[in-house]
Amino acid sequence: MNVLLPIVSLTRRELVHFLRQPSRVASAAATPLVFWLFFGSGFSGSFRLPGGPPEVDYLEYFFPGTVALLVLFSAIFSTMSVIDDRHAGFLQGVLAAPVPRWAMVAGKVLGGTILGWLQGVVFLALAPLAGIRPDLGGALLAVGVLALLALGMTALGFAFAWQVDSTQGFHGVMNLLLIPMWLLSGSLFPAAGAPAWMRAIMAANPLTYGVAALRRALSPAAAQAGPGVGVSLLALGAFAAVCLVADVVVVRARPSKA
Amino acid sequence: MSGGPAQPAVLAERVGQSYGRRRALDGIGFEIAAGEIYGFLGPNGGGKTTLFRLLATLLPLAEGRIEVFGHDLAREALAVRRRLGVVFQAPSLDANLTVRENLRYQGNLYGLSGAGLAGRIDAALDRLGLTDRSGDRAGELSGGLKRRVEIAKALLHGPDLLLLDEPSTGLDPGVRRELWDLLEELARESGTTVLLTTHFMEEGDRCHRVALLDQGRIVAEGGPATLKERIGGDVVVLASAQPPLLTEGLHERLGIEATVGDDGLVRFEHERAHEFVGRLVAALPGLIDSVTVSRPTLEDVFLALTGRGLGEVA
Repeated sequence: MNVLLPIVSLTRRELVHFLRQPSRVASAAATPLVFWLFFGSGFSGSFRLPGGPPEVDYLEYFFPGTVALLVLFSAIFSTMSVIDDRHAGFLQGVLAAPVPRWAMVAGKVLGGTILGWLQGVVFLALAPLAGIRPDLGGALLAVGVLALLALGMTALGFAFAWQVDSTQGFHGVMNLLLIPMWLLSGSLFPAAGAPAWMRAIMAANPLTYGVAALRRALSPAAAQAGPGVGVSLLALGAFAAVCLVADVVVVRARPSKA
Repeated sequence: MSGGPAQPAVLAERVGQSYGRRRALDGIGFEIAAGEIYGFLGPNGGGKTTLFRLLATLLPLAEGRIEVFGHDLAREALAVRRRLGVVFQAPSLDANLTVRENLRYQGNLYGLSGAGLAGRIDAALDRLGLTDRSGDRAGELSGGLKRRVEIAKALLHGPDLLLLDEPSTGLDPGVRRELWDLLEELARESGTTVLLTTHFMEEGDRCHRVALLDQGRIVAEGGPATLKERIGGDVVVLASAQPPLLTEGLHERLGIEATVGDDGLVRFEHERAHEFVGRLVAALPGLIDSVTVSRPTLEDVFLALTGRGLGEVA
């Protein structure tokens, strides 16, 4: 049987769901925008990039981190729908269908990835407001980095969402893991000025490489001290691959709630 | 392999399942022929749902063997799922999608698409009287209509084995009748094998064969009429203000061994009971408030074998 059909079908369902929940569309886009404007404007007077050119203000520095936050939120919302699918009973129908478990994972994660990626790309269009005018190469790189980042974060969220029984439980994961991941990704502040223990965490944080690669693509002047593009893409790709494998492992280990 | 030359639809041997120390299924075996309507009748907690989840490949088979149309359930899950149509007790519809969209996604999961799928959807909608509801969101339908969509979903790919978990629960009598007419039509005309779980004896009566499932074991199996013949004669149910006195009197004066159920009613079996009622009431003056004589039901069979009714939790 053609395994592509169920994958595409499950992916499309994610997109349809998103479009039929206008509140989700609005909140996913509005929260990072508000964060960016408030933080960006508020810190603009006091922030100065360590070792960087003085013309890089905080609105510009914070922009890649805002895009990363948007992708993170999108990944959280779309993987949380696995919990709803389980409770609403839809999941049991998928699990009883002749679809390999990995294909179900692929459909669900691909749907969430596309949503996160599209939202990120739309937000990129606001870059000129932050004084960011990337060249064509930079813009294309940013679009590519966003796709990898969305894939990794959605796959990570799925691995947790599959195993918790309630959206409340998932909020715990979000507050204890996903939000701190973002706080320590170089989104808010550069690693250069942080204590050594924090720098170690930031270096081990996959999201750091997503933000670094975005920053290199969009405003190279603000990214001098961060990891390079090659290393970042490699780290992001490896992270996404590990998370996807983890998804298939957890789904096989716990096919459905007993 | 036992049975005739034809391959059985389902063959199960020594199937067991434990949850911690509780034995939900205790090494059961059965064989279901193609085109048969076969019911697992028993109280909630008897092991029906566990068995259903094993057959639907939702729960990994830990003990024993199950073959579905010759495919090993544990090793060839995908091949088994292709032949299965599953109607869950809990809803499995996507409330945000319309009825037609639900069916389209379901078809895609079974490898169907394009004009072929559209034709099947139209046929399924028509068969279940849902054509004028095809554009409604599934979440807005009534319980009975939702169940019909569930069945349309399960039938879409033309399964050879239809699995239903407590299909009548929550349905009004009219819808229940329609459902059974449909199941009988499927078995008769398409040769579909129907396997269902239920705790309604009326539903057991319409099956070709039933297995009475109690505490993880099959306590009896056979055609409903054959099972009822095991009970010698009619079932007599007596209502009394003093059940213990009545059973004592029955024993001493008439040599009848009766039991008192949890409902406080006194029961026994007797040949040609209608001819016996007059003698009964005369022999025990003042102790009997009412007498009911009836042909035995599957519930009586279950009660005689296990000492418990179908409505009670095992």
